[in-house]
Amino acid sequence: MSRVSGRDRPQISLLFDPKVRSVIYQAVLLGLVGLVVYAAASNAIDNLARAKIASGFAFWNHTAGFEISQTLIAYSSQSSTYGRAFWVGLLNTLLVAGLGIAFATIIGFIVGIARLSSNWLVARLAGFYVESVRILPLLLQLLFWYNAVLKALPELRDSVVLPFGGYLNNRGLFLPRLDVAPGFDLVLAALVIAGIGAVALRLFSRVHQRRTGRRLPVVTVTLVLILTIPALVFLAAGAPVTVRYPQVGRFNISGGIEILPEFVALLVGLSIYTAAFIAEVVRAGIVAVSRGQMEAAQALGLRRGLALRLVVIPQAMRVIIPPLTNQYLNLTKNSSLAVAIGYPDFVQIFTGTVLNQTGQAIEVVALTMAVYLTISLGTSFLLNLYNARVALVER
Amino acid sequence: MNRVLTLLGIAGAAILITSASIAQTLNTVKTRGSLSCGANGQLPGFGLPDAQGNWKGFDVDYCRALAAAVFDDPNKVKFVALTAKDRFTALQSGDVDVLVRNTTWTSSRDTQLGLNATGVNYFDGQGFMVRKALKVNSALELNDAAICVQQGTTTELNLGDYFRANRMRFKTVTFASVDEALAAYDSGRCDAYTTDASGLYGVRLKLAKPDDHIVLPEIISKEPLSPFVRHGDDQWFDIVKWAHFALVNAEELAISKANVDEQIKSINPEIKRLLGAEGNFGEQLGLTKDWVYRMVKHLGNYGEIFERNIGQGSPLKITRGLNSLWTKGGLQYGMPLR
Ligand SMILES: N[C@@H](CCC(=O)N[C@@H](CS)C(=O)NCC(=O)O)C(=O)O
Repeated sequence: MSRVSGRDRPQISLLFDPKVRSVIYQAVLLGLVGLVVYAAASNAIDNLARAKIASGFAFWNHTAGFEISQTLIAYSSQSSTYGRAFWVGLLNTLLVAGLGIAFATIIGFIVGIARLSSNWLVARLAGFYVESVRILPLLLQLLFWYNAVLKALPELRDSVVLPFGGYLNNRGLFLPRLDVAPGFDLVLAALVIAGIGAVALRLFSRVHQRRTGRRLPVVTVTLVLILTIPALVFLAAGAPVTVRYPQVGRFNISGGIEILPEFVALLVGLSIYTAAFIAEVVRAGIVAVSRGQMEAAQALGLRRGLALRLVVIPQAMRVIIPPLTNQYLNLTKNSSLAVAIGYPDFVQIFTGTVLNQTGQAIEVVALTMAVYLTISLGTSFLLNLYNARVALVER
Repeated sequence: MNRVLTLLGIAGAAILITSASIAQTLNTVKTRGSLSCGANGQLPGFGLPDAQGNWKGFDVDYCRALAAAVFDDPNKVKFVALTAKDRFTALQSGDVDVLVRNTTWTSSRDTQLGLNATGVNYFDGQGFMVRKALKVNSALELNDAAICVQQGTTTELNLGDYFRANRMRFKTVTFASVDEALAAYDSGRCDAYTTDASGLYGVRLKLAKPDDHIVLPEIISKEPLSPFVRHGDDQWFDIVKWAHFALVNAEELAISKANVDEQIKSINPEIKRLLGAEGNFGEQLGLTKDWVYRMVKHLGNYGEIFERNIGQGSPLKITRGLNSLWTKGGLQYGMPLR
């Protein structure tokens, strides 16, 4: 629509001006929403006060009193507060969601590419995986994995003894723990230096390739750099770590690193489930890249794998990223099904036990929503940044 | 995803706590035509629907007794199965009129949660169950054990206290529902399962091989189980409170389901007052004169409700113990009707 210039504009009441109107409508709507929120909030506050239900956030500093099976930060039921329990739960959720996203992405890309494979068997197997995983409810799958994990593993007495002093049984996977001793900073420093060297090498090799057309063995040299330099420093510093081995007791194994079966079941279940959806996203993304791109790349002499990696996938990423973001968010939210299999995630700890003990549903649920909102916005933000980078740059 | 929706639901419910449902529960119940009762949906003996979907249990019969008192019909109850963790929110938000779900009377629930415990219908304590094969004879041998427990219970809290007091270490695995916790215990994930002793009798029957498990002798806590109502409605609080005392008084006075029609003609003034042949006790509560007659006629007295659901007439075979009448060395004591 072309704009009407001020002079020939017919004189009409402001009320009929579409711009003014839309502002009025929006203001009215906003006012109504505000009114509803205000009414609901003041009604809730009134009723809480009348029913003498505690309100406010004072509970945050009260002693929690309940035990948590997996804590990434120090926590004790006798001295830690509900606030501490909040962080413990949040970290547990972030841990399982973060690792789940990593695994689901890897599996999803492999399966999605495999579905388009020219090998009949590979393509069919991938298709079967996607179809069968997608039709079963996630909760059912989690219960399946939990029971499969528990049933498959031996009892404490018949623990599988792993090399280097680890154990595996139906209480979890127990591994020796490395505690760093003074002098370990040198090893870390060596690692950083090796890393810088590797980056420099990469940059140089790019320039070199552009000039001579020849590629340097970047990957091999990088591996050698990153592995050998810190290892040498480690030995020279006199191996500055102490190893704590898990000790077998009457009922349990303690000391060392402990990985709970609940965690493994949840991680496996979430990864496998979400990977099926990611596979479809990836497949759709690749199909969306015109066939000519692949043909042209191959005509230039690139092998199929290289053509896929250097030409097709980068273009497919533009289509893949937005729905992929959704899958990441789904995985994070789905991790709250942990409740069913005893993994102490955020919802189980905070919206479960803390809400029950304090009875402060409104405060606890509000905080829970804030947490999930933050996680969602954060994830979207990061992926949007990435999306902006891979998006088609129009000149 | 569904979880998040549920959360939003709870938030919504909490916000919509309506003033009406807080103040006038009896009227609400009458106009609705049925009592909404928060019950346990998974615990044999206390609250569990049978194969035909009929709710059965000791706590369930308390809800039926209230329906009998109000409507003269023990079936005018809508049961809402609540897990340990969701039960208080359901009551606070007005979703249920009364919570009768093996719930321990504690100070925080009675105050901070905005609820009132109405009187102990079962004196209980927390115990442990272990596999016989473990060859453990006392809870004090459970140092370092893994223990399966249900979330949102006093059980979860007592555990920490007990182990710390005895300088023992332990690991908990916490589940939202009893069935999940029990399945994990049964598959060997935990060395022990812990809950109220009464609950142990019930859940043991759910295990694949109940005889492979024993209940350890230690009782590590006090668990006075009581019905709960919301703060702020004294009339309804009185009704639920006196329903229990009336059932206990009926037992003391030997009024039973079978003889209540005889007893109502008795010359004993206490019996006459209780059954409404004399005085207006029921009307003071906002009910009819014969409300206790109705309860006993449909469900029997306290002892009958006990024996039928959890005592000798049931698979649980719990003895009366602390729950005997005070005249027989127990703690059940019906307040006087005057
Ligand atoms: N009396 C304790 C525990 C009550 C409780 O929830 N017990 C469990 C274990 S027997 C139960 O009844 N679970 C059944 C369910 O959640 O469906 C309390 O009030 O916190």
